[in-house]
Amino acid sequence: MTMTKRFFLGLAAGTALATLPMTAFAQDWQPTRPVDFTIMAGAGGGADQIARFVQSVVEANNLTNRPLVPTNRGGGSGAEALLHMNGARDPDHTLMVTLNSFYTTPIRQEGLGIDIETFTPITMMGVDPFVLWVHKDSGITDFEGYLAKVREMNGEYVMGGTGAGQEDSIVIAYMSGVYDLDIKYIPYDGGGAVAKDLAGQQIMATVNNPAEAKGFYEAGDFVPLLAFSDERMEAYPDVPTMKEMGHDFSYYNQRAIVGAPGMSDEAAAYYREVFGKVYDGEEWQSYLVSESLSPLPMDEAETRAYWATQVANHRKLLAEIEG
Amino acid sequence: MEVLSFLTSGVLTALEPINLGLILIGVTIGLFIGAMPGLGSVNGVAILLPITFLVPPASAIIFLAAIYYGAMYGGAISSVALGIPGASTAVATTFDGRPLALQGRASLALVTAALASFVGGTVATVFFTLFAPLLATVALNFGPPEIFALMLLAFATFVGLGGDDIPKTVFSICFGLVLATVGFDTISGEPRLVLFDIQGFIRGIGFIVLAIGVYGIGEMLWTIEQTRGEITTTNPKMTAKGLASDAKEAVQRGWKGTWIGSILGFFVGVLPAAGATPGSLMSYGVAKMLSKTPEEYGRGSPDGVAAPEAANNSASTGSMLPMLTLGIPGSPTTAILLGGMVMWGLTPGPRLFIDESEFVWSLIGSFYISNFAAVLINLAFIPLFVWMLRMPFTILAPLIFVLSIVGGFAASRSMHDLWLIVIFGLGAFFLRKFDYPLAPAVLAIVLGPIAEPTLRQSLLLSSGDPSIFFTRPIAGPITVIAIILILLPAIKMLRGKRRVAAD
Repeated sequence: MTMTKRFFLGLAAGTALATLPMTAFAQDWQPTRPVDFTIMAGAGGGADQIARFVQSVVEANNLTNRPLVPTNRGGGSGAEALLHMNGARDPDHTLMVTLNSFYTTPIRQEGLGIDIETFTPITMMGVDPFVLWVHKDSGITDFEGYLAKVREMNGEYVMGGTGAGQEDSIVIAYMSGVYDLDIKYIPYDGGGAVAKDLAGQQIMATVNNPAEAKGFYEAGDFVPLLAFSDERMEAYPDVPTMKEMGHDFSYYNQRAIVGAPGMSDEAAAYYREVFGKVYDGEEWQSYLVSESLSPLPMDEAETRAYWATQVANHRKLLAEIEG
Repeated sequence: MEVLSFLTSGVLTALEPINLGLILIGVTIGLFIGAMPGLGSVNGVAILLPITFLVPPASAIIFLAAIYYGAMYGGAISSVALGIPGASTAVATTFDGRPLALQGRASLALVTAALASFVGGTVATVFFTLFAPLLATVALNFGPPEIFALMLLAFATFVGLGGDDIPKTVFSICFGLVLATVGFDTISGEPRLVLFDIQGFIRGIGFIVLAIGVYGIGEMLWTIEQTRGEITTTNPKMTAKGLASDAKEAVQRGWKGTWIGSILGFFVGVLPAAGATPGSLMSYGVAKMLSKTPEEYGRGSPDGVAAPEAANNSASTGSMLPMLTLGIPGSPTTAILLGGMVMWGLTPGPRLFIDESEFVWSLIGSFYISNFAAVLINLAFIPLFVWMLRMPFTILAPLIFVLSIVGGFAASRSMHDLWLIVIFGLGAFFLRKFDYPLAPAVLAIVLGPIAEPTLRQSLLLSSGDPSIFFTRPIAGPITVIAIILILLPAIKMLRGKRRVAAD
């Protein structure tokens, strides 16, 4: 893993040098006022926790000469944050912490007029996998048992999630599609609320990020059945993946930092260095492990290509759900 | 007793010099942040979170909890002195705190608020100490139908809040409910009521925007119009003796509200999704309902100050409980505390009490110490806050206006919200002129976003069958009580008519 990371970092530095002869001067650019650090979600969720963690690492290590000012702009499933970024008056001092509504919201609400390809890639901090959870009292211990139960309940099997078009609903919709499941889906306004109602058995199963379910898993209340990651997760070595079930599907929540459209190359280079340091730091590396995030370092060009595939994938997935 | 030995060591940890120092600083910062209109504990805790990286986790959370506590005390100050809620949790405090200040009894209102906050915080901490794990299980039994039933109960207690004119109260509630539906809808995933296609409405209308508009701008305009500037808010001369007699009066006339607020606030706070703001509003409604002199409410009843103030402190302690034991924040502020705990490498959840008992118990110990510190610091500052009221109204009114605008902007940093504050202020002024009660609208915009999704989630669960609210063991009784309370005024009205007819 370290090899890959070094390789990518080297690659990033290499491309930066090749494409930007001004890099030497770029180091001279520094923020001249506090930096707007917009969070694409409400207080307390996964994206918020990550943003505040990153901010405190920057603060503790004195990585910027001006403070990052985190502001939650989670309204409209991230539409508020996207509009704020799009109309940023000072793009050089405007950053955002994303999740996947970065892709889905502009697709679902075309009226917003957001084109994420105009945004400036800064740093990909990692991707957050999804796992299928049930309560231990359900007696279900594996995915086959889950499938049998859902079929037996005949449309009365209740799952909770964060709402139509949100990350978990995409996963659930895919799963229901390939296994022909009839699930009653109850939307909540955050992953935490979903996990709580699984713990209280108000609902029967969820698709949550590991960080949201971790406390209950460690207490033995939650049982993970299936991971939607590319490979088996280190934290849950006995849990099979959707790919092992023979379906080529994986789904992650993107945890990235992006700049406003129109950010200057100098400013972007500065922030890439700052958040690159955060990424390499011990604090973030141990956060990746403890919260079961997967590292996915990439440079600017790779990020842009990744965005393009993600947008295309989401367009297809959303069309399948809503079509 | 095992609990006692844990608690003793927790209190001793909280009394260590570094922790005690952080408690004093935290409470003072919280007091002033809470007193600033628009800024509440959420802002204070969020701004100071990164600083806590410099101290051990237990000290860090003690510091943040102290800010949270201090802000609950501080919120009352501007509610009473300026008539603008200092924080969303202190809205109900303006209902009676402001009239008291206008009668020259600002110090009584502030002392009542401080003492009620102290009792509320302490009662909640005792509950917390004794029953934490048990209550966590109770909280888990509250699914969507139970929470909706509770919200129905809250609305029921407020039907009587607007005075005798029930149709106008119902209108006000409905108006608030409509405002609450603006913005992104979680259930369908679609934006709703984006008025005039203004993109600012996608976010929805913030509760604090309505509260500042109604109480900061609307109320001020109304006062100016009523008095034509010749208002003598109060003639406060603060002496130690005056403070003591205020304290005595506060205890005599506010004890009932204090107890109701302390107990109800805690239980509402424990439920995830509710938090201190609904807790304080509900306590006000219940205190009024149970009062022998409900007509005093809204005209300067010390009970009406005590109930919401006891409740917001009690609820803020209560909302720590689901955060620590379930990893589910019960309020926006605890959501940020939760983020903090993850940063410090702690996993909130069922195992926290076992794996990190030292951390948990020093936090609980610090609740007791923070409460003492907060009540003493608050009482010490009351003369200063009362002194502000000696300013002539011609100076105070523009000051309130400026604070409303600054506070409204600070909360969201959006110009859109400022325009809304001005519009709501003007609207509130005219509604007030036509005798429409506005408190129910404020209540509706707080509770609407909780009531609506839980109603729809419940009906999704039951495939559209409303009997789900009656057949579940916890939801059933609550729903029945709520319906009786809603019908009660109607029955009274009918009886009154019959009596008139008989005469």
